[in-house]
Amino acid sequence: MKDEVTRDERVDNLKGMGCSRKRVEDARFTQGKGNYVDDVKLDGMLFGDFVRSPHAHARIKNIDTSAALEVPGVLAVLTAADLEPLGLHWMPTLAGDKQMVLADGKVLFQGQEVAFVVAEDRYAASDGMEAVVVDYEELPVLVNPFEALKSDVVLREDLVAEDGSIPDGAHGPRKHANHIFTWEAGDKDTTDEVISNAEIVAEEEMYYHRTHPCPLETCGCVASMDKVNGKLTLWGTFQAPHAIRTIVALISGMEEHNIRVISPDIGGGFGNKVGAYPGYVCSVVASIVTGKPVKWIEDRMDNLMTTAFARDYWMKGKISATKDGKITGLHCHVTADHGGFDACADPTKFPAGFMNICTGSYDIPTAFLEVDGVYTNKAPGGVSYRCSFRVTEAVYFIERMIEVLAIKLNMDAAELRRINFIKKEQFPYTAALGWEYDSGDYHTAWDKALKTVDYDGLRAEQAQRVEDFKAGKTRKLMGIGLSFFTEIVGAGPVKNCDILGLGMFDSCEIRIHPTGSAIARLGTISQGQGHATTFAQILASEVGLPADSITIEEGDTDTAPYGLGTYGSRSTPVAGAATAMAGRKIRAKAQMIAAYLLEVHDDDVEFDVDRFVVKGAPEKFKTMKEIAFAAYNQAIPGMEPGLEAVSYYDPPNMTYPFGAYVCVMDIDVDTGVTEIRRFYALDDCGTRINPMIIEGQVHGGLTEALAVALGQEIAYDDMGNVKTGTLMDFFLPTAWEVPNYETDYTVTPSPHHPIGAKGVGESPHVGGVPCFSNAVQDAFRAFGNTHTNMPHDHWRIWKTANELGLHD
Amino acid sequence: MIPAAFEYYRPKDMASVLSLLEEHGDDARVMAGGHSLIPMMKLRMADVPHLIDLQDIDGLSEIEIGADTIKIGAMVTQMDLISHEGLADAAPILRETALQIADPQVRYMGTVGGNVANGDPGNDMPGLMQCLDATMSVIGPDGARDILAREFYEAAYMTAREDDEVLTSVTIPRPKGGHAYEKQKRKIGDYATAAAAVQIVKENGVCTSASIAMTNLSDIPIHSPDAEAALVGTAVDDAAIKAAMQAMLGDIDPNEDNRGPVAFKNHVAGVILRRAIERAWSRA
Repeated sequence: MKDEVTRDERVDNLKGMGCSRKRVEDARFTQGKGNYVDDVKLDGMLFGDFVRSPHAHARIKNIDTSAALEVPGVLAVLTAADLEPLGLHWMPTLAGDKQMVLADGKVLFQGQEVAFVVAEDRYAASDGMEAVVVDYEELPVLVNPFEALKSDVVLREDLVAEDGSIPDGAHGPRKHANHIFTWEAGDKDTTDEVISNAEIVAEEEMYYHRTHPCPLETCGCVASMDKVNGKLTLWGTFQAPHAIRTIVALISGMEEHNIRVISPDIGGGFGNKVGAYPGYVCSVVASIVTGKPVKWIEDRMDNLMTTAFARDYWMKGKISATKDGKITGLHCHVTADHGGFDACADPTKFPAGFMNICTGSYDIPTAFLEVDGVYTNKAPGGVSYRCSFRVTEAVYFIERMIEVLAIKLNMDAAELRRINFIKKEQFPYTAALGWEYDSGDYHTAWDKALKTVDYDGLRAEQAQRVEDFKAGKTRKLMGIGLSFFTEIVGAGPVKNCDILGLGMFDSCEIRIHPTGSAIARLGTISQGQGHATTFAQILASEVGLPADSITIEEGDTDTAPYGLGTYGSRSTPVAGAATAMAGRKIRAKAQMIAAYLLEVHDDDVEFDVDRFVVKGAPEKFKTMKEIAFAAYNQAIPGMEPGLEAVSYYDPPNMTYPFGAYVCVMDIDVDTGVTEIRRFYALDDCGTRINPMIIEGQVHGGLTEALAVALGQEIAYDDMGNVKTGTLMDFFLPTAWEVPNYETDYTVTPSPHHPIGAKGVGESPHVGGVPCFSNAVQDAFRAFGNTHTNMPHDHWRIWKTANELGLHD
Repeated sequence: MIPAAFEYYRPKDMASVLSLLEEHGDDARVMAGGHSLIPMMKLRMADVPHLIDLQDIDGLSEIEIGADTIKIGAMVTQMDLISHEGLADAAPILRETALQIADPQVRYMGTVGGNVANGDPGNDMPGLMQCLDATMSVIGPDGARDILAREFYEAAYMTAREDDEVLTSVTIPRPKGGHAYEKQKRKIGDYATAAAAVQIVKENGVCTSASIAMTNLSDIPIHSPDAEAALVGTAVDDAAIKAAMQAMLGDIDPNEDNRGPVAFKNHVAGVILRRAIERAWSRA
């Protein structure tokens, strides 16, 4: 049989890796046919919702539910007293702490869950909530972690011994009743010595404000307990459905096989949907109590005020260098505000996440990091909002310290970066704080970025602008924001990464059907990243079947293999690797089948795009489609029928994507209004699976970076009231606020990943925040500014200009 | 974000509206576009047991452009202001302002009547109507009466309209000269950090009349006759503009909020007024 199709056409037909294949998910999303948790509607389903605390710190003297139970349609009102006999009034957090499910004697933050009203519909639940009478005795409020560490006010009496002593926490000794942990990395003594003897030292204090991931879809779940067969089904907005199943088993005492967790379509997660929330526990209990399905869905204010904030790091840095700009040492101290419970979502051994990536992209010989976690009267959380664990904080810290050092050295910040980059030949590179960077070519990326934006031309234009400003010809300053970031993603190797004791491997199971199509199931779950599109592309290239013939399924724990879910850009580095490895198992068996069919030795055939060919005789081949059929209809001696594979992938290392970003911004000093004239983003995520999806991810991550840098915050007043609880005051950018983005790339594959891919979903956020911030700060550099804190909204920029005397 | 139960009425004529208001007193509210009232009900900050929807009442949705005046029905939406062909010529400041209110989805529902009658200091139309020296027409159990926009606002959410009266239309003299509505906001959909409405007449290079009002810089819109006086008779040079800014700053009384502290708002109010005056003058 003559093959009419060229090899290039065969490659194109697969729509494999490197193809800008259109997202298969979008047909349903763009037609309103997605299936989100609030779309789950079951017969007899009830609705639960929370009575929440108006106070940030108060003792609860009494909860009167009698009037609420009189409200038509209200079936039950749960309080901590109802959950206590089940041992469910508190639950473990991912950070080794515990958290109240419903207020047990006191509340620790505004919006805390106090009672759970279960009713026939949402209206009755709301009426019931209004009828619950809670008698509060207000207590002194601590919203500042530095004050909390000095205060006599004890937030967590449950963590103080009867004799007043402070027992150790999950991460070692605690210094004060409101102190959670101290976590260290690096060599303190050497770092102190290097810095105290250095020619140049720059110091800066910076506050990375509290913000929130704010996915368009808020958190929620539907719990359905089938009392006949003893099985619980839990639909929910879970970024880690398998981990949720295990957590439910551990805290409820149910057998894990009787629990089925389903993550349907998820409308954005960004870290907000990693943790376990009181709403999940209460829904499950309410379903068990009533015997009916119970739905709980947050409204926007609930989401912003109570589930999983991000950041809130007070960072203090020292960076030392020689006179000609070679960095010699870095010291970082963080006071981390964790709110009322330590519910940070980090691997167990990393209470400050991967903050110890804070030496960035630079060859810094010695460094020391110390993080103190502190309780305050704010909502718990501390998730990685569109970043790997605390990496956004780390990159913001080093990219600000570089700028501050450049000012101290009176040096160009681009040049300072260049002379300190880890060199290409130094990889794999072990950083002073312990991580082994897998691969990088920073100089090439940097030079490409600076050349593309005509960096020297921009600096000349900026200098002219400063002259014009001083001459009264303009009231607008120009800022050039630079950032070069290295991420650490793909958590992670089981030897040092686990969550609640669960190793952070991931998985893929493939079944090839007789006609040459396939289904693959993974332990991850897409929240908009396009997994159904990209994982099919990986498989298409690995097994030689068209991506259009491969279904990707995730999120149902009864069918998908166990995995730790999707966050921290881990899906491609971990589950993507599992997919490639499972695909290779399929290919290995296919090779034997092909050899049998072609009547040659296994080693005499080789894989070529979509077939196995006899070496040296390309006209003799069997396509993967033919091989798939043979796997189901031939009795091949010594071989089981079928064509399936499972791979559980424990990554040998993290992956380290990097990128070079430049932002050009004009700033009206009289109003504080910023205008982004240009934004250039070069990303190196290793092997590129789907360039179009990468570009979309970069646009999204940059937009969330713009939000955080220019105005998005969760702000509290002194009484612990949330000042930004609605989208009027919480900044969620729309097309109107977002500039045009130019994207670019280099490709430096990961040497340890099966396909060389590194992950990209979070890079633009990690690199974008310091880039936008640096642009603002840079605009004022000529007038004496070294650092101002984000968010750079209008009035704070105005304040900077005002303090620099630019309004006189 | 779930409102308490309420009775919904959709009467066909104004007499029915007035009788419902009389019957239910403080327990009843009329609703135009609903973009202020419904969120407040969902937050359970407004308790409205009887909600009277005005959208089936005839005669409230017309825009009538006369020789000397323009009459805008209470149910005319922001989108109607933007898309009306005659209005862009007759009173371009209405379109310029409406385009800066919220976003297209809100503008399709939000009405002129609701915007001016609610008394929310963040709304843009009250300041604009003060600048344009509008007259508000209301109808109540004792018949119809007119109230000047410049005398309509008493405090935040408090106006000269009685609770049993319904605002039916707003009438403005046809504006003359150059116009500008300048607004600084943090993002799309936001209320103003500061906004200025300016209408200015130039004859032989001299300002012969000026109208100035400010938005969201007090608990009511601020009409500033002193700022107007600072411009009239001048060539609207830098000194005159500075005098107008100074006069306006004496009239406003901004509060600190998430948009910024008082000093910032005063500063921005001055900048915004300067830009509005300069743009209006360039068009005069």
